[in-house]
Amino acid sequence: MDDEHRENHILSLMVENQPGVLSRIAGLFSGRGFNIESLCVAETTEPNISRVTLVTTGDMNIVEQIKKQLNKLINVLKVFDFTGVSHVERELVLLKIRAKPEYRAEILRLVDIFRSRVVDVGTDYYMVEVTGDQGKIKAFLDLLEPMGIKEIARTGLIALPREKQ
Amino acid sequence: MKLTGAKILMQSLKEEGVDTIFGYPGGAVIDIYHELVQTDIRHILVRHEQGAVHAADGYARASGRVGVCLVTSGPGATNTVSGIASAYFDSIPIVVLTGQVPTQLIGNDAFQEVDIVGITRPCTKHNYLVTRVEDLARVVREAFHIAKSGRPGPVLIDLPKDLMSKKCEYRPPKDVNLKSYQPTYRPNTKQLHKVVKLIKEAKRPMIVAGGGVVLSKGSEELRKFAEKIQSPVSTTLMGLGAFPTQTPLWLGMIGMHGTYRANMSTAACDLMIAIGVRFSDRVTGKTDAFAHQAKIVHIDIDPTSIRKNIPVTIPVVGDCRQTLQMLNELLEKEDFSGVQKPRTAWINQIEEWKSTKRLAYTQSDTIKPQFVIEKLYELTAGKALVTTEVGQNQMWTAQYYHFDQPNSFITSGGLGCMGFGLPAAIGAQVARPDKLVVDIAGDGSIQMNIQEMATAVQYGLPVKIIILNNQYLGMVRQWQELFYNRCYACTGMEHAPDFVKLAEAYGAVGLRATKPEEVEETLKQGLALPRTVIMEFVVEREEKVYPMVPAGAPITDMLLV
Ligand SMILES: Cc1ncc(C[n+]2csc(CCOP(=O)(O)OP(=O)(O)O)c2C)c(N)n1
Repeated sequence: MDDEHRENHILSLMVENQPGVLSRIAGLFSGRGFNIESLCVAETTEPNISRVTLVTTGDMNIVEQIKKQLNKLINVLKVFDFTGVSHVERELVLLKIRAKPEYRAEILRLVDIFRSRVVDVGTDYYMVEVTGDQGKIKAFLDLLEPMGIKEIARTGLIALPREKQ
Repeated sequence: MKLTGAKILMQSLKEEGVDTIFGYPGGAVIDIYHELVQTDIRHILVRHEQGAVHAADGYARASGRVGVCLVTSGPGATNTVSGIASAYFDSIPIVVLTGQVPTQLIGNDAFQEVDIVGITRPCTKHNYLVTRVEDLARVVREAFHIAKSGRPGPVLIDLPKDLMSKKCEYRPPKDVNLKSYQPTYRPNTKQLHKVVKLIKEAKRPMIVAGGGVVLSKGSEELRKFAEKIQSPVSTTLMGLGAFPTQTPLWLGMIGMHGTYRANMSTAACDLMIAIGVRFSDRVTGKTDAFAHQAKIVHIDIDPTSIRKNIPVTIPVVGDCRQTLQMLNELLEKEDFSGVQKPRTAWINQIEEWKSTKRLAYTQSDTIKPQFVIEKLYELTAGKALVTTEVGQNQMWTAQYYHFDQPNSFITSGGLGCMGFGLPAAIGAQVARPDKLVVDIAGDGSIQMNIQEMATAVQYGLPVKIIILNNQYLGMVRQWQELFYNRCYACTGMEHAPDFVKLAEAYGAVGLRATKPEEVEETLKQGLALPRTVIMEFVVEREEKVYPMVPAGAPITDMLLV
């Protein structure tokens, strides 16, 4: 694939909340050689409908094909692409960071700057919770990385479009 | 009134108009069979579940209705996978009913349990595991609706055994309304106007029609359309039968084994109108070189087909027949008097290709397979319903039996599934008892589902099986000859049963021809018999299918004889 035209796309799907639906979606990606960067699923306000947010990469043609293929699945009600659409995106990350005495102040300072929170403290680590868009999360992790991240859990991205003005 | 699941299933199938089921019983479906025999639905007991699916497929194509098959859980279900995948690739509407272990055992690795819904997810249009008897009637209604609407395809329903004896109130379901599934039949008229404009501008238009035209019953509209715009027409393998072969506009089949004139036209045309095709690699060859001078209009009911393999100038999402109908109406209003003349040069060019590089072979001392098929065409006046196996036999049939009627050519196109032809012929014959049904087979493929001979004989189905016996897995051998330095790795099939005796052992008739002069007589004899017949033709061992485009090459790079 042409690397220059690879783009991250956030897709949001409304799907029927039924067993097997997620496997249909995931199977479509693996079977056709498409990539899933992250995937989140949960119920919406209507219990029989779930929202799937997934991040995928590809050039225009691939992403168009992905969207069409998703739309073709019988249990998928709607496919929405956030590309070029004003939206809010968030990811939640939990991470454990080594808290050597000489780094403690620095870590707490970063936590403060990034409006994240320490949610647990051990003898030699902090567990930190941070939410934000892809840019913020990346910046935060880049800064913490040299101090030694021990473990990390990420939810993957979720997103909603802004109200049209 | 409260009915058992098995009764509800039968009732639902009847409401869908099902009159025939191809199947094979087992523990998980024993309750269903118990009910089935009390209805007037005809059951055809096959000898292998793969045969049941292919038969349902053949039935669907020959009748234009939904084919149905019923098998047990576990091994019964897994045996259906090739048949399902074949129907999926060729967009054939079938409903596959599989038994499943009782609900409380699902997930416990119970005896004959297999997650068939999981296994078939990538090769069904949709599939269901029914978990409550109350859902059964609705699921059956939805399954048939999904199988036959939009781009048709196979739908599987997995039926846990306990639900078949559970009772619930039966209410015939209301009409299906699936919010998320609304196929687009009617194309966008703005797009059609753009198409008309391109047609008027084109000097060298070409139509490529595929299985979608056959499935949408659009061949009459296609003929009108082509005549109106004076465009030559090629079809894909799946589209054979959608356009009459005896007109100057007929180009022959396109693709790997397409005609010289069809493939050359793709490189020379300035407008390609592709209707109900999915641009398989067997059609396009090297995609960058395919129709590189042409603007491409792509009409298909399935939006995923459009721009998947080939860039398109004007996409049109819609049912092929309806789209052609609307285009024809629009064209009525256009003045086409100016079009006839400039296109003469183009049509003449095609005539020239046709007369210099036609499909040809020379009949020598040994029987040429092409000769058998040409003779068959002559003797049947092109009226037979022909199924094929896969390989050279399939390609020679496509080239030398000229299909003028839609649905008269039944083949496993997309999956290329050996073992398809005989069971499909059985299904077709069940659907069309009035028709002469012929399966054209290779000696390799026929052995993949030869056991269905017993089915044909049991039900008195007079299908004719023509075996072109080259004692090779011929098509693979051809590749080895051309591209692997004649190293015939494991493609020799010298050891085969005596097909004449085998036919007799099954209670059918066996005939054999070994010399060219016996061909006609053998065919006449076999075709005249109102019974299941094998006609074996011992053919030239190393005959090849020509033209041939090496895989991945531009389709204009043809090896010609
Ligand atoms: C189930 C299956 N297995 C393997 C193949 C690969 N294959 C394609 S053509 C072919 C040879 C077919 O030989 P035969 O049936 O004798 O027909 P011929 O080509 O000689 O006419 C094979 C093995 C296939 N298409 N399907």
